[in-house]
Amino acid sequence: MDDSPRTVPPAAADIGVDPLSQGDLEIETYRVVRSDGSFDAERVPDLDDEAFRDLYRWMLLQRIYDERATKLQRRGRLGTIASGHGQEASIIGSGYALSRDDWIFPYGREAGALLLHGLSMRDLLLYWRGVEDASRMEGANVFGMAISIGSHIPLATGKAWGLELDGEDAIAFANLGDGATSTGAFHEGLNFAGVLGVPAVFFCQNNQYAISLPFDEQTNAETVAQKALAYGVDGIRVDGNDVLAVYNAVSTARERALEGAPVLVEAVTYRRSAHTTSDDPTRYRSGDEVDEWEERDPLARYRAFLERTGRWDAIDEDTIREEVEAEFDEAVDAADAVEERGIDELFAYLHEEMPPELERQLEELRDLLEERPDMYEFIEQRPKG
Amino acid sequence: MNATIIDAINDALHAEMRNDDRTLVFGQDVAESGGVFRATDGLLAAFGSDRVLDTPLSEIAIVGSAVGLATHGFRPIAEIQFSGFLPPAFDQLVTNASRIRWRTRGELTAPMVVRTPYGAGVRALEHHSESLEGAYGHVPGLTVAIPSTPHDAKGMLISAIRDPDPVLFMEPKHVYRSLREDIPEGAYTEPLGEAAIRREGDDVTVVSWGAMMHKTLEAVDNLDGVDAEVIDLRTISPLDRETITESVRKTGRCVVVHEAAKTGGFAGELVATINDEVLLYLEAPIERVTGFDIPVPLLSMEDYYVPHPPRIEEAITKTVSY
Ligand SMILES: Cc1ncc(C[n+]2csc(CCOP(=O)(O)OP(=O)(O)O)c2C)c(N)n1
Ligand SMILES: [Mg+2]
Repeated sequence: MDDSPRTVPPAAADIGVDPLSQGDLEIETYRVVRSDGSFDAERVPDLDDEAFRDLYRWMLLQRIYDERATKLQRRGRLGTIASGHGQEASIIGSGYALSRDDWIFPYGREAGALLLHGLSMRDLLLYWRGVEDASRMEGANVFGMAISIGSHIPLATGKAWGLELDGEDAIAFANLGDGATSTGAFHEGLNFAGVLGVPAVFFCQNNQYAISLPFDEQTNAETVAQKALAYGVDGIRVDGNDVLAVYNAVSTARERALEGAPVLVEAVTYRRSAHTTSDDPTRYRSGDEVDEWEERDPLARYRAFLERTGRWDAIDEDTIREEVEAEFDEAVDAADAVEERGIDELFAYLHEEMPPELERQLEELRDLLEERPDMYEFIEQRPKG
Repeated sequence: MNATIIDAINDALHAEMRNDDRTLVFGQDVAESGGVFRATDGLLAAFGSDRVLDTPLSEIAIVGSAVGLATHGFRPIAEIQFSGFLPPAFDQLVTNASRIRWRTRGELTAPMVVRTPYGAGVRALEHHSESLEGAYGHVPGLTVAIPSTPHDAKGMLISAIRDPDPVLFMEPKHVYRSLREDIPEGAYTEPLGEAAIRREGDDVTVVSWGAMMHKTLEAVDNLDGVDAEVIDLRTISPLDRETITESVRKTGRCVVVHEAAKTGGFAGELVATINDEVLLYLEAPIERVTGFDIPVPLLSMEDYYVPHPPRIEEAITKTVSY
């Protein structure tokens, strides 16, 4: 006869069980430059004047790129795109801290970091035009865009594993958003990276939203950085609108990773634009909130720092602007000049050698297009660059 | 009311949320913003945040927790924003949802719906365009329903919500807003597991579903002198064998049209079914018009992938003139 109790008495308060809770943690948000431009002199990275200027130039490039790409999209000349507006310090500060030998795993918002890494702007535009060819990310250590959120995180772990096995002096660097931290792939990828002790840095731009979902509904955790502890890897929380702080944080994380300690970096920032060009943010957030973050603009903050340290005078913003606009124009022209793609493109690269059935299907499509030119009435979008 | 498919889905959700207070709607961006396609628009305001919830970016938890809730007597209606993001949760469909009744010998059941838009043609990014109904249809115990009209979208969704077992409800997003028709007010049901004859004819049976249904009808309209019978399969699993075999027995010819890749695609199952039951009535080999055995291309070339009417017309003509 089962005589176990049917009801459980409440646990007494004084039996000494003291749950570990996130309130026990104290997590600092690392910062170099405060919003008024004042700064912590000891934390200013040891860069030359050209590098300080470069950081500004790249942030401006990110901003102009996003503005121009959004306009192109509106004119139907790009597919859906995701802007990094408001996140320039996180994007550029992290990208600038990487070596060209490192491997970036992008997810779509980090144009400037990819261009810094050697990707051509033409190819980036072609990618957002949906031209398969551009997915090669030619000439840069850049993996394919992780459009399936979080799917790239275990991939970065594996790549880092390979880099380590081969004794290379490089890391795998995964870019992700706050939303990605809720995927199973994130947890498994980070845990395994911790177990292996591989040179990987997981860089989360916590831009406060995953489409319409605010961060405090994404997770009950107060920070992303604390999640690192669950996997026994290091975590850094950094002001993501402070480019020098992000640069320092990622440089440090990179060093740690090369020593065998993967790091999760949380850059606290804000997505000021819509989620993508198909999103209407007025449905889920207030204009006041956006205005508040506009006051924390990463470019303005960095400019204030440059002014205070006497470096601004040597920077000719108008000229940089003109250069970047011209670079964008050239990239668009170059993309437009890319030759029309043939249907072979579609069937190529799925296998090293095309299986006979696939060859047959390609042949079938070729014949059909020849015999039924009215097919083109249904093919609005031609594969032109 | 005069409705598009998206209106009809929205209307069905409102109707069933009103009818049954054990229903819940959750998924990414479904509450505050009303869904990226606005399918769930207005539900939060009408039914409150206990029953209409935005979830974290966690497909596994969305589908897995729907199973748990369902075993507790609730009727979860979960949304996966695009079917391209369902694969992580495939595990929950296979491991739990589809077999919970079977493995508990009927003690526990999972009356739940997973709604998800599928298919190509909207110029979206990678992973937003697949058609994997054949893979889901291969899972024993999982009902896979695909409406192609506003009327069916509403009636079949209500059936799915009331169904005692899990239903994967795949919505042809390419035609979400491109067709309108008058649909009844209030709740009504359209049966799952029954195909619909969209057009009667004697010369050839053409079977399709989802967005391809409309390309098929267009192709059939373009063909002079061919009296085609067009069947909208509506449910991949369980398969309505009878409607198909009866039609083929009459016409002696058949073409199957789907957007998914050819090899291992659901057309294969239809061909096998016809072979099993009415092989000797066939007067021509069965033709398949499908996507190619490749991933759906990025947007600049996705139009080449989709089976457009000329391709369907060629296949029908070939079958009829065999
Ligand atoms: C696995 C998966 N589920 C859903 C989506 C649809 N989706 C695209 S972006 C996005 C939100 C991403 O948020 P976050 O990770 O914070 O990155 P952010 O866009 O804010 O930079 C969602 C839900 C997706 N792309 N992949
Ligand atoms: Mg985010």
